[in-house]
Parts: sequence; structure tokens; C-alpha cells
Amino acid sequence: MLDLRVGSRRGEFELELALQARGGSTTVIVGESGAGKTSVLRLAAGLDRPVTGRIVLDGEVYTDTTADIQVPPWRRSVGYVSQDYALFPHLSVAENVAFGLRAAGARSGEIRTRVAHVLERTGIAALARRKPSTLSGGQQQRAALARALVLDPRLLLLDEPLAALDLQTRRQVRGELRRLLRELETTTLYVTHSPMEALLFGDHIVVLEGGRISQVGDRDDLLRHPRSRYVAELVGTNFFAGRATATDAAATVRTADGDLAISRAEEAADLFVTVNPRDITLHTRRPEGSAQNVFAGPILELAPEPPGGERVRVVLGTRPTLVAEVTREAVASLGLAEGITVHASFKATGIRAYR
Amino acid sequence: MGSTLTSSRASERLALSLHVVASAVLVTLLGLPVVALVLRVPPGRLLERLRDDALLEALRLSLVTSVFATLAVTLLGLPIAYLLATRTFPGKRLIEAMLELPMVLPPTVAGVGLLLAFGRQGLAGPVLAAFGLSIPFTTIAVVVAQAFVAAPFFIAATRAGLAEVDQRYLDAAATLRSSPSRTLFRVMLPLAFPSLLAGAAMTWARALGEFGATITFAGNMPGVTQTMPLAVYLALQTDLDAAVAMSVLMLALSVGVLLGIRLVTPHLLPAGPFARSPGR
Amino acid sequence: MLLLSLTTVPELGAQTNAAPREITVYAAASLTDAFSELGKLMEQDALPTRVRYNFAGSQQLAVQLEQGAKADVFASADQRWMDHVQERHLTAGPAKIFAHNRLVVIVPKSNPAHVRELQGLARRGVKLVVGAEAVPVGKYTREMFRRLERRPGFPPAYGDSVLANVVSQEENVKSVVAKVQLGEADAGVVYRSDVTPRVAPGVTVLEIPDDANVLASYPIAILTGTADSAAAGDFLALLLGPEGRRVLARRGLTPAETMP
Repeated sequence: MLDLRVGSRRGEFELELALQARGGSTTVIVGESGAGKTSVLRLAAGLDRPVTGRIVLDGEVYTDTTADIQVPPWRRSVGYVSQDYALFPHLSVAENVAFGLRAAGARSGEIRTRVAHVLERTGIAALARRKPSTLSGGQQQRAALARALVLDPRLLLLDEPLAALDLQTRRQVRGELRRLLRELETTTLYVTHSPMEALLFGDHIVVLEGGRISQVGDRDDLLRHPRSRYVAELVGTNFFAGRATATDAAATVRTADGDLAISRAEEAADLFVTVNPRDITLHTRRPEGSAQNVFAGPILELAPEPPGGERVRVVLGTRPTLVAEVTREAVASLGLAEGITVHASFKATGIRAYR
Repeated sequence: MGSTLTSSRASERLALSLHVVASAVLVTLLGLPVVALVLRVPPGRLLERLRDDALLEALRLSLVTSVFATLAVTLLGLPIAYLLATRTFPGKRLIEAMLELPMVLPPTVAGVGLLLAFGRQGLAGPVLAAFGLSIPFTTIAVVVAQAFVAAPFFIAATRAGLAEVDQRYLDAAATLRSSPSRTLFRVMLPLAFPSLLAGAAMTWARALGEFGATITFAGNMPGVTQTMPLAVYLALQTDLDAAVAMSVLMLALSVGVLLGIRLVTPHLLPAGPFARSPGR
Repeated sequence: MLLLSLTTVPELGAQTNAAPREITVYAAASLTDAFSELGKLMEQDALPTRVRYNFAGSQQLAVQLEQGAKADVFASADQRWMDHVQERHLTAGPAKIFAHNRLVVIVPKSNPAHVRELQGLARRGVKLVVGAEAVPVGKYTREMFRRLERRPGFPPAYGDSVLANVVSQEENVKSVVAKVQLGEADAGVVYRSDVTPRVAPGVTVLEIPDDANVLASYPIAILTGTADSAAAGDFLALLLGPEGRRVLARRGLTPAETMP
């Protein structure tokens, strides 16, 4: 169980967050570059010292600025896999993996056994004698992982583990990594900028924006109730934020971009509103009818989703930007193309509003 | 359009020729004296002279003292190079200046300084005498003089080499249960090794060629303090051919070692993703 | 005759506005003080001459000249190196002995090895500094110790014992002086002229009996490479004349017998 609360500053950048990770879980920290993700890992590893904060792992206090406690990295039970792996170039894979065990003073017999075991587990036993510079990206990643795991750390820190890999390798490694993390009982903090990885790996997802947590939750929480435009984009849904103005059967949410009719609201309150792209219907002419929300604008982008698939993602230059998902047939029958002005409509019932 | 192309090509050719000319001048400047030395001594005569006892004595002394001086500098210089490369502390700039001083000091001045510091009447004289030590006129003095003038080379090269080791490796090591001193020996030094080796080679070369401080501080005594440079200098005053023969010998020795190091270094370290390997 | 008339030019009060003449004199290190004073005299002359000096061990100067160094006059501390230069046809005309010098033993005022008489130099552990063999003063030193050995009052292997105490062989006599002044050497053998007013307070002189002492003879010659033989000749005339002799004597050297 990791309890991490830190406030840190580097130059102009301020980081402030508090998170808890259950023992054995994988918490994904997702955000754009510069959002402070790597800083969190460095603080957890003890490589940096927060201005204020407290970090406790399984009851052991690693950092406590009020008590002037800062346990150095080499005394923490933390495994760290950095973005570019940092495998020691002058050592073979096996020696790299053995490095931490040697530093911890393990006996050579034990070292041999454990190294062999972890190399097997990560599938790189055949590479034991090779030097890191001769390995492919995927192999290096596995070596770096093995090196951290062989020490049985209580906290595993992964900094964008898939970012340095090419697309194909990434797909392959992604599945293996997911399996591995599920098997391990190590509490893991996984940092990424990829929404897909966040949704795939995260038992628990922390969204970091500008040094602060904007949302925390599991997959479903994020999908259903994104609390910021960034998160909404992350999960691929349409997002509004506004204030509900009426409380009877038909309510309105006043947003910066216009009013939305929603089915109902309990009271006048600030609300987030999402609209699933699939709930949006496109028309070439302004529709009549019961759908209460209509936005008009040019088509900015038409992209099949997934590539070669049946559905097409349509980005509209409406205010706000809307993303709709329609079938290929619809595109064809409506004669949709980039630049054409369309009307996008969605029913009040198709909206989800929440606090 | 065609004319601008040809004129830029012409100016490129001019630039290249200037480079070649400048290089030729420098190579001649540095190479001709060496060639002249070698040409002056017929190989047969050279071998004959190598059997001269005084020459062999001077050679032995030079090798022994320069190796000891290099070892001393390496052992004593490494800690300070490490501190300079990794920490800041009050007075750091002052220490840096002090450590660079022997490089800019004329060697003879260095010799006088050494006398005034460690001579019998020097500042440290009484302390040394209390231990029964008297340094001038001994072989130790030669080692001290050589170490004094050569140390800055080693410290500068080592410091640069250590500072160049990518911090990411050091961070990784820290997360792998490695304390800073363990990281120094298992990660920093191996990765900085080519720089260190080059630094040690330069140090050794400087120690080997040391003259001014040696003759002033250690004196000139065959078998005790008369190193090759001193022997050459004195021979020059009486027997030019002997001096040239010894010079060629020193030359061959130095070139041999420096070349050897150049050839060996690239094989010492396969480059990592962000480890810079000097000595290309 | 011509030389004498040239030296009397200033007495006749002749003035010239010509740019000062320049000559380069290569001289043994032991002549440093005496020749520097002569140089000043030549500069103040009505026909001023700037004298540039290269003071070093005579052996070093001889080899430099042999290698083509440009100079007008060469003054050596012994005949050997003048011969060396003459054999290579670098001198214009015969060399003249113009001064003599004697050796003395000096010890630091603090006398760390308690050397109070010459016999003490043979005591084990005394740190003796002398000139290298090739340097005139070095050659003279070794000869002097051999002579001392033959005198009554000195043990038979005196010469060997003393020379075994040598800890450094300097390549010019001034370095020997320096080592004794600094207190690093227990004793050194130098020329009497080297015990200058500046050196004297820091050292004690042990005289060497005349019959054992070596008479160093200093030859001087104009070189073939001279650019101004008249000026070179004037320098020699000054040196050999009454004023030069006074300077030499004042500086601890013994002027040679007057030339006819």
C-alpha cells in the first residue's frame, strides 16, 4: 500500500498531488508531457526530494518533510524502469540484472538462481551474455524490467515503458506486460501519456494536468464521468461543463458554448455533461423533431475508426468541437466530406450529466 | 542559377584548400623536428648507444619515477576529481584554480616553490625532518616534482570524464540498491575509464618529460635524480650525438605508449544509448 | 695601437648622435657580476654600446655557438671550451687570458652539517653540491680535491670520500651557489668571485690553501660571427684596460698580467 502526498517545485513548475495505491494494484498516472508524471516517479524512488510531502510504503516511511526523513533510493524497496531503460552499457544483460542483487550483498549462488529465474520469466534467457547495445528495443525493455523485478521490490515504477518501442513491438509487448503485471503482486505506478495504455493497464487511473490531479478513478469512472476536457479527450467522448438552470423535467445547462437541454437536474448546480459520439446524429439540413440539441459546423476530419473499420469518426468544427461516430453507410449516403457544413443533433436523453 | 552554383563550389574548394594548407603547416611544424631527430642517428649507432650505462641508468630512473608519479597522481587525484565533478562546496573555485596552477607555472618556478615548501629549510622542512625525511636530492624528490607538474592534467581529464557519465545511469544504479560509493566504483569509473586512461597517459607523458622542476628541486645525480630529460640536457652540452640518441629513445618510448593507448581504448567500452565514448 | 686610440676617444670629448651600438657577449656564469658592470660602463660611454649577455655554463655556451648561435664575444671559464670553439674556427684571432679565479668552499650560515674545515667534507652524509664534470668549475673542483688529498693533514682516500658525498651536479656555478644559499646543500664548491656582497651574508667561506687550489683561467675572444668588430674590440679593450681590471678585482676575480 503506497501513500504518497507531495508538493514539489522545479523552476516554474509546481507539482502537488496525493494518491494512494492499494497493495498489488497497478495505478496508471496519465497526462501530457510536462504534466509532472516523471517527477512523481522520481519522488517515489527517492531520486528527488519534495518541498513538502510524505511518502509511506507498506507502513515504512520513506519521506517525511516535517520529520526531515528522506530515505535514499538505495535503501528503498523500489524498482524503477526509466523511459530509456538505462541498462549499463559495460555489463552484459545477466550482469545488469545481477547488479542490484550484488549491491544488496546476496550470495553468488542465490544471485545465479534468481537471475536465471527472472530472465526466464521475462523471456530473455537467451540474451544473458549479450551487451545492451546489441539488443532490440523490446529486448532492452524486458531486460530493464527483469533488472528491477529480480529484487522483489514492493513498489514498481514504470516510466512510459512502451514509449520507446515501435508500433509493432509495442503491440506485442503490451500484452505480455499486462499479463506480467497481473501476475505480480507488486504495487505498481505506471506512467504514460497514452490513453489506451491508461485504460488497459490501470486498475486505478490518476489523471495529471499541469502538476495537479484532475481526476482519479477506475476505467469506468473515467469513461462515464470525465471531469475535464482533457480526460474526456483521453477517453474519446464529448464534454461540456456548465451550470444547470432549471430543475423540472426539462432542464438546461448553460455552458460557455451555448445551452444544452438535458433531461433533468436535481438542483441548480455546476455540472459536467458528456455525450457519447455514437449518440450524435448528423444531418445535412437542420433537423426538425424532438432532438433538442443541435449544433452546426463544418466537418474538420473524417477518420475511419479503427482504421479500415465500419465506423467513422467525424470531427466537427462546431462550438464546442464535437466528435461524432457514424457508420460508413451514413457517410456515403449523406455525402459527407471534409469542409461540408452539417448539423449534429443529440437528444437530451442521450446526455449524461453529473456532478 | 548556374553561376551561383559554381561560385559556391569554388568557394568551397578554396575553403578546403585553406584547410589543407593550414594542416600541412602544422604537421610540418610538429613533425619535422621528430623526423630530424630520427634521421640524425643511424639505427646501428642507436643500438650501440643503448648499451651505454649512463643512458640505461637515466632510462630506468625515468621509467620508474614517471610510473610512480602517475600512480601517485591517480590515487590522490581521483577523490578530488570525483568531488569536483559531483559536488559544489564553498571554496570550490579557489581549489580549482590552485589545482590548475602547476600547469601554467614555469617548471623551474615550480621547482623553486617545491624547495621552499619541502626543502630542508622549507616550510614543511622541520616537520619532515622530525620524521627523518629529507626530500631534495633524492629519487623521491623526482617523483614529487613530476607529480606536481603532471597532476593538473589528470585531475582535469578525470573530472571531465566523470562528469560526462550520464546521470541516468547513476539514477538507475541508485534505485538498484547501490550506494554512491558503490556506484562510483561499479558504474562511474568503468564508464569513464577511457577518459581516465587518456588522462593517465597524458600525466605519464608529462611526468616523463619533466625537467625544470626536477633539476631545481631534486638536483642532478646519475642513478639518483638524473632522469632522461636531464641526461639529454647535459649531454647536449658536451656530446650532441649522445643527446640525440637519447632523445630518439625517449621519443620512441612515448610514441609507443601513446599509440598503444589509442589503439586499445575504443575496444574498452561499447557505447550505450547515451554514454559518450571519447577517443574516437 | 688602434685599440688604445679607440678607447681614448671619450677622453677627447668627441660626441656622436649615432644609435647605440649593440654587441652580444657569451660569458661564463661566474662572470655575471663583473661583466654586467662593464656593460653599464659601455652604455654610459660617449659612444654608447649596449651589451647583451648570455651567462651560462661555458660548456653550454660553446655548444650553442657551435650550433650557430650569433654572438660577438665569447668568454670561457676554462681553456677547454675556448679550444672547443677555436677548433671549430669560430674565433677571429687568438684568445687572451684576462682573469683568474680561485675556488672556495661555502657552507650555509646555519652550517647544518657542522663543516668547519675542509676535512669535514669527507664525513659521511654531508650533502655536497658541485658543478657537473663538463662545467669548468666542476672540472676544477675535482682537480682541487685530488690536490688536497696529497697534502699532509688529509686522509689518503679524501678525494673519493668527498666525491661520494656529491648529491647534485649542477650545470652552472650559480646553481651551486643557490643550493647552498637555500640551505639545501651542506656545502658547495664555487669561485671566490661568486661570494658576492649579496651572497656573503648567507654563507660561510672555507678557504682552500693556495698550493692545492686551482687557478682558473678565463680566456676571451672575438668571434668570427661578430656583426660589429669595432664595438667588440672596444669591449675587450675596456676589459683589459685599467678600468676593466679594477672592476674584475672588485668582483673577486684576479686580473691577468698586463699585456705588453
